[in-house]
Amino acid sequence: MIRICILFDKLRFEEKKLYSKIKEKGIDATLVDGKSLIFDTESSKRDPTFGDIVLQRVISYYRGLHLTYCLEHIGLPIVNSFSISEICGNKLITSMILKKNHVPTPKTTFAFSAESARECMKKLGYPLVVKPLIGSWGRGIYQIKDQSMAEMLLETRQDNDNSFSRIYYLQELIDRPSRDIRCIVVGDEIVASVYRYSSENEWRTNVAVGGRTEEAILSPELKEVVLKASKAIGNGILGVDLMEDKVRGYLVHEVNNTVEFRGASAVCKSDIAGAMTDYLVKMCKK
Amino acid sequence: MKADCKDCGAEITIPQDSMVGEIITCPDCGTDFEIISKNQDNIEIKEAESVGEDWGQ
Repeated sequence: MIRICILFDKLRFEEKKLYSKIKEKGIDATLVDGKSLIFDTESSKRDPTFGDIVLQRVISYYRGLHLTYCLEHIGLPIVNSFSISEICGNKLITSMILKKNHVPTPKTTFAFSAESARECMKKLGYPLVVKPLIGSWGRGIYQIKDQSMAEMLLETRQDNDNSFSRIYYLQELIDRPSRDIRCIVVGDEIVASVYRYSSENEWRTNVAVGGRTEEAILSPELKEVVLKASKAIGNGILGVDLMEDKVRGYLVHEVNNTVEFRGASAVCKSDIAGAMTDYLVKMCKK
Repeated sequence: MKADCKDCGAEITIPQDSMVGEIITCPDCGTDFEIISKNQDNIEIKEAESVGEDWGQ
C-alpha cells in the first residue's frame, strides 16, 4: 500500500483537506511537522516516517527548501522538487526562467543596491511596482507612484537588516482589469482556474488582502500560457498567477510552489485535492 | 475541549475537528498557539511561531 507523507510546519485548510482526501481514497497518509525533523549526513531512505512519497507543504520558504534538499539527498521522491522550490520561492529567478522559456511575463528590472535602485526607478519612470524577492500574500508589494515614494521605500529597505531587502525587484505596472488569474496546475493538467478580484481601495488581488475569487474561463490561449509556464518551472503541483494586459494579453507574474487553494476550492467544482492525490500516486509508481 | 491561554489565562475553546499542528487564537488577547498534542481528554498547546518574512505559498 502506498503511503503519502504530507510535510508541513503550520497546518492550514489545504493540508487538512489533502490529508482527508488521501485517506478517503484508501491511501495511507501521515502528517509530519517539518519543525520536528532532524537530518544528518547518515540519514537514509529507510526511515519509514516519510512513506513512499513526500508532499512538501511547508509555509516557511527556507525551511521547506532545505528540508526538500535533505529529502532529495536521501533519495525520496518529493513534490515539488528542490529545483522547483528554489525557482518559485525567489521572484527574480522565476522572472528569469519564465523569460528564458519565452513565457510572457512583465518587464522586470533588478538592482543590487539602494543607489542603483534609485537610478533605475528614475530611468524607468513612475508608476512602477516593487516586490520583495521572497514572500507571499502581497506582503511588501508596493505601487511606487513618484520619486518621494521611491525615497521612502529605499530608506525603509536600508533600515531592514535582511540581505534580500537590499536587492530590488522593480516591475512595470500592468494596465489590467481589477483582477488577476490563479491557475492550479497538477502535472500537465490545469485543475482549477479562478479570477481574483481586488477589494475596495486595494489594487493587490491576493486573497490574503481581501481578494474575492470567482471561477475563471479557461480559454485555449490562457491554457497554452499556463502550461508553458508550468513546463518552464519544471511541472509539479503549482499555482500559476497571471495578469491580463490590455495590449499584450496574458502575462505570468508569479508561480507558487506550495499553492494555497482555499479560495479556488470554494468556487470551483473540480476536486483539487483529489487531483493532487492522484498525481502523487502516479509519481510514486514511476 | 478547552485550553488556557498561556499569556492572559483566558479559556480557549478548541474545535472538535482540530488537529495537531493547527493554530488556534486566544479570543481575549489574540495570541496564537499551536496544538502540539491532542487526545480524548487532553490538549497541549504552545505559543506559535511568529509569521516569518519567508512565509507564503
